[in-house]
Amino acid sequence: MRLALRELHRRPSRFLVATAILALISMLLIVLGGLLDGLTASSTGALRAQRGQLIVYSSDAENSLVRSRITPDVRREVQRAAGARNVSGLGSVQVGARVPGHGLRDLVPVVLFGYQLAPRQLPDVVPARNEVFADSSLEAQGVRTGMTITLGPARSPVRVIGFLDDSRYSGQGTLWGSLDTWRAVIGANRPSERAGVGVQQALVVQTSGRSASAQAAAIDRATGGATKALTIDQAIQALPGVSAQQTTFNQIIGVTVSIGVLVVALFFALITVERVGLYGVLKAIGASSWTLFVGVVFQALVVALIASAIGVVAGIALDIAIPPGGSIPFSAGAGRLITSTIYLVIAALIGCAFSLRRVLRVDPASAIGGSDV
Amino acid sequence: MHGLRKIYGSGENAVAALDGVDLTVGSDEILALIGPSGSGKTTLCSIAGGLLTPTSGTVIVGDSDISSYSPKQLTEFRRNAVGFVFQTVNLVSFLTARENLLVVDELGPRTRRRARERADQLLDELGLTKRADNLPAELSGGERQRVAIGRALMNEPQLVLFDEPTSALDTHLGDQVVALIRQEMKSRGTAAIIVTHDQRITHYADRVTTIVDGRIIPRTPDLVQ
Repeated sequence: MRLALRELHRRPSRFLVATAILALISMLLIVLGGLLDGLTASSTGALRAQRGQLIVYSSDAENSLVRSRITPDVRREVQRAAGARNVSGLGSVQVGARVPGHGLRDLVPVVLFGYQLAPRQLPDVVPARNEVFADSSLEAQGVRTGMTITLGPARSPVRVIGFLDDSRYSGQGTLWGSLDTWRAVIGANRPSERAGVGVQQALVVQTSGRSASAQAAAIDRATGGATKALTIDQAIQALPGVSAQQTTFNQIIGVTVSIGVLVVALFFALITVERVGLYGVLKAIGASSWTLFVGVVFQALVVALIASAIGVVAGIALDIAIPPGGSIPFSAGAGRLITSTIYLVIAALIGCAFSLRRVLRVDPASAIGGSDV
Repeated sequence: MHGLRKIYGSGENAVAALDGVDLTVGSDEILALIGPSGSGKTTLCSIAGGLLTPTSGTVIVGDSDISSYSPKQLTEFRRNAVGFVFQTVNLVSFLTARENLLVVDELGPRTRRRARERADQLLDELGLTKRADNLPAELSGGERQRVAIGRALMNEPQLVLFDEPTSALDTHLGDQVVALIRQEMKSRGTAAIIVTHDQRITHYADRVTTIVDGRIIPRTPDLVQ
């Protein structure tokens, strides 16, 4: 291993091309992963912010919050199954918001949520009517605490009393107010979607004791099939496009990792061919194939880690440069950076493993009468 | 070595590189092995050094019969009991002279400080102290050959095998290197087999053996001084 380290140290130029290509692959992995995470975050923040473990839709809503309606009777059934304290209502409406300082026709698309159980980061007490908390991404649109913005064609006024992070939904910033606020806004701006007294779009359920999926099944049984209860993860996957986005991006990431494997395999195959003479001499003076292969693995690991470090720095720089809530949904969190590094390291290890056979086949007898190393 | 045979290929394509070789080298003897190209001297040298296994026959180095050793045992044998000086020197190009000696220690269970002391001692004996931190590319041909000799002696071997050690050197340098080989081998009581075409080397050998078509020719007294 010391021999491999010395070669890296004394002959860095030999590894420059492979490091540069792997650094580009690392950047690509982080950019792809960051875009996936950004897209997912901007679509699912409102659901991830919930403090409940289950979302209950009406069964005819096909897992869509917009189409779902929970009547007071159904809610009572759910409360009986899950416990009255653990069930709270949720409603949403997508509207255009007029923000002071913007042009008259310059609407900011937002989703107004009415809630009973405060999402994470918000105080337990629900805001007064026509008061809302806003997602921090709306700050980029000029929304400020204390500002009154108007929603929809009816220009329903709501006053912003604070902000919360990472609660975007369907790629839009969100506002969080009481169910009364939601009911008033949807009634004024979407008469056809008006919700009657006691009607909510969905219920947020905090499970107790039993597993979330078992309790979901119990709720659906209790309502006689009038509801479809989903865990938060299931509700996220049911959002339009989320699953397709993740599948598509993960496939591209998979192809990129495969290219990384190919690059490392080709590079170390070439470098091993170059080293046949050296390996012959080292085997002749007592090196085992294993010792030599460990050196190859060590070099692949170092190259992959240096390339990953470059990729991580580039990813962090990109994350800082792209404003949150902007037109590019990019998020390079620690998890994504670590995952991308692990992918590249695994690609490097698999890639260099292809050299093992060649290292094993080097004949120490070739050192006698061989050429310079 | 007794009754040594090495057959390459099989059936009609079988070629006997060694055909019943019997050869004994004393514990501090320098043997020059000469013969025409393809006579089997490199094969003989390779088998003696544990680089090849014989088809039949026995090879005893010190007290060990290495003819039935597994590849793993042969690797260990080469690491601990034998030294090699190759035709084209074959130093590791990105290691300094001292590190080229220490690499022998790094391939097995390490002795670190003892190895460093031994490397410095060998470099001193070989007149390379001032060149210890130079890379092979910064050394002359003779200095490189001396480093290779130092590397071969690092593991305190029972036997050192030299493959055409002067082939890349001019006459003057070749004489110096061969004199140095003799001095180093005799001062340590180490056996050496020198495979060569170079008649000059025979002057420094205790014994000269000729091999032709895989067989030892009994005596070549006219070549021995």
